Amino acid sequence: MEVALAGLIAAFFAVSLYLLLSRAVVRMLLGVVVLSNAVNLLIFTAGRLTAEIPPIIPGSQYVPIEGAANPLPQALILTAIVIGFALFAFLLVLGYRAYQELDADNTDTMRLAEPTDAPRPPLSY
Amino acid sequence: MNTVIFRTVAPGLAALMIMYSIFVLLRGHNEPGGGFIGGLIGASGLAIYGIACGVTEARRALHVHPISLAGFGVFLAALSGLASLLVGMPAFTGLWWIFEVDGTEVPLSTPLIFDIGVYAVVVGSVSAIAFALEDDDEEMD
Amino acid sequence: METEGSSYDALDLPVAMIEAGSVAAGEWIVVWPVALALLGAGLLVMLRGHKALQAWFAAAIVLAITVSNLTLLVTVFENGPVALTMGGWLPPFGITFAADMTSALFALAASIATLVVLVYAQVEIEDREYGYGFFPLLLLLLCGVSGSFLTGDIFNLYVWFEVMLIASFGLLSMGGTRIQLDGTLKYGFLNLLATTFFLIAIAYTYGLTGTLNMADLVAKADDLPLGPMLTVAALFLFAFAIKAAAFPANAWLPAAYHTPKVAVSAVFGGLLTKVGAYAAIRILVMIFPEGRDMLVPAITALAVTTMVLGPLGAMAQTNLRRAVGFMVIGGIGVILGGLAIVAPADVQGMAATAVARQGLGGAVLYGFHSMLTLTAFYLVAGLIERMSGTDDIRFMGGLYLASVPLSIMFVVLVFAIAGMPPFLGFWPKLILVEGTIRAGNWVLMVALLVNSLLTLVAASRLWAHIFWRNGEEGARSEQRNTRLRVLEPREVRFGLMPVIALMALIVVFGLFPNWLFEAGGVAGLDLVMPDRYVDAVFAEVPN
Repeated sequence: MEVALAGLIAAFFAVSLYLLLSRAVVRMLLGVVVLSNAVNLLIFTAGRLTAEIPPIIPGSQYVPIEGAANPLPQALILTAIVIGFALFAFLLVLGYRAYQELDADNTDTMRLAEPTDAPRPPLSY
Repeated sequence: MNTVIFRTVAPGLAALMIMYSIFVLLRGHNEPGGGFIGGLIGASGLAIYGIACGVTEARRALHVHPISLAGFGVFLAALSGLASLLVGMPAFTGLWWIFEVDGTEVPLSTPLIFDIGVYAVVVGSVSAIAFALEDDDEEMD
Repeated sequence: METEGSSYDALDLPVAMIEAGSVAAGEWIVVWPVALALLGAGLLVMLRGHKALQAWFAAAIVLAITVSNLTLLVTVFENGPVALTMGGWLPPFGITFAADMTSALFALAASIATLVVLVYAQVEIEDREYGYGFFPLLLLLLCGVSGSFLTGDIFNLYVWFEVMLIASFGLLSMGGTRIQLDGTLKYGFLNLLATTFFLIAIAYTYGLTGTLNMADLVAKADDLPLGPMLTVAALFLFAFAIKAAAFPANAWLPAAYHTPKVAVSAVFGGLLTKVGAYAAIRILVMIFPEGRDMLVPAITALAVTTMVLGPLGAMAQTNLRRAVGFMVIGGIGVILGGLAIVAPADVQGMAATAVARQGLGGAVLYGFHSMLTLTAFYLVAGLIERMSGTDDIRFMGGLYLASVPLSIMFVVLVFAIAGMPPFLGFWPKLILVEGTIRAGNWVLMVALLVNSLLTLVAASRLWAHIFWRNGEEGARSEQRNTRLRVLEPREVRFGLMPVIALMALIVVFGLFPNWLFEAGGVAGLDLVMPDRYVDAVFAEVPN
């Protein structure tokens, strides 16, 4: 099972890197989504895969049942999903704004902060 | 999106979703649910209302600015973590007040206050983003 | 209370955790900087409408955080590292906050820089920015930065990184001019990529060791085979190199840091890249020392190229704040250089520890210096831009006549940033150069000296163009620069005065560096031999 998941994670990484290398902001955003899902799966696999016993402690006990799933990766993934979602939402709004204001979805034409025709530095002194 | 059916159904649907979101919020901690998922449901309700009746109408229905709601949530969550200072425990230690009302056990706790804070943060920030995306002229914040 | 890190193995942990005793209110000292910032940020968001109230409130909170950090530094000086594990859980299960000298120094510098920027913001932030929430975002940024410095848990460090990232997105895009959108987009994608790689490294660390608590990792990471350890350490280095804007991954910084308000530039240039450098020091040195040893050639290469190319980039700029941005990058190279100082293979034992300790002490102190000096540099650049009404150094000439104090401050900054005596920047550089000699790392030693020289050239070129020259570029020398104006009283009170206070701090620390030497020594030792740190974290575990 680990091998299958490792292959899936590798595929996710390949897809996301391919998308991130694109010039179009929309494709890069999709790449970010796939990348964060790849990492979530990676955390899940790193926490070891177990049979499907939920990590819930019965009312009368202090410790989970033997063989229960590892709850920590689940908590980590939940946190990472929340954060990834917030950042994605911000980047989405930002990309949309950039598309409206700069009239460009192509990062090659986004040279406002670093203009290509910048003046040469002063040569005195 | 401006059909009669949708505009008629949306207010009721939004009210139902927000009520359900509070139910999900309160059943958290020991059962599946909690502030984050409840907040998402609540924000979706507001977003639907915004799509159907316009963002201006949805903002008026919320009464407070969504970002202010998020700030209130952050404040409440942080405050719930500091409550344990009073009893000399480390930060974010859960404190419980369990009492009986009419034969039913009502557990109140600092984790619940924290969850309410999370709920407010999620409703506030997600609906702010949703409103900003729904309304082009709106400022981004 | 003195316990060994491994003694909890024999314990009935669930019971111990339920019976875990109360803690003294004094141990909260490590939480207050973060808690206050978070509370303040939430409250200020609600107060967005009340303009007058906001600034005072924000200043009061940041002042309280600064006092709290100062207390923390004194406590760490006297009693060694302090730690608090949240939620009544025992370490390594609860999220631990822990501060040693490194954390305390960085956290103090961060709050001082924020305080100065907060006052400066009075001249710059207009009604519109109040509406966008400048003050809450600034507090949220400080919250993320302080949290990164004070946390003792790797995943929690990731969370604070993201808090910082969200707040910085807001600050960077505030106002939403076209140039800002461009800068924020590049900043956003590359920093998101960096934190994602950080998360990948965390996932591997957890998979290999089963723990994320830094103090616990110190013991458990030792048992790792070299291959996996090298992989994880390299991933961490890659992530933090992007975050710190080290050379091959530095492109986002000069693209973004000159676009927002000067107050935002100043707080970014002072704080953000240093968090990346701090995380590299904390994780590579304290947790994966063997991984660091194997990566020394790579770190040296990164440090040397960053150190040399930073000031060279600064020389090639016409935009003042862009030039300062390249100097931020040069400073990051110096801090990374401290990580590459390890004893030669034939030196073992305490002598080897002493060499590594010196390099790290120098790196930590350089970070401290860099946070204060670069914040001041950006603020002075902001005042220059206000007086000349342009951001292009070709049109700024003749400022010496318009403001003598600004000119003197700029000269002090030129020397401070290049590491010339008697200012703050000199002492860490001295420690680092001595460390490279003891380590026999001659490439690094030459690079450190070349960095000082190039930074001096780049910064004094700026001074010559802005202050020394009489008028604009190409104008005859008797022709005055007509675009200059003098600072208004309000700008002097809120703009010039706080910068003078910060400069005074830089000068005083430079003239009385004894406590800094001591602090640097303690910081370096606690990083190389983190026994005291581990003991402080596990002090609550009963025997």
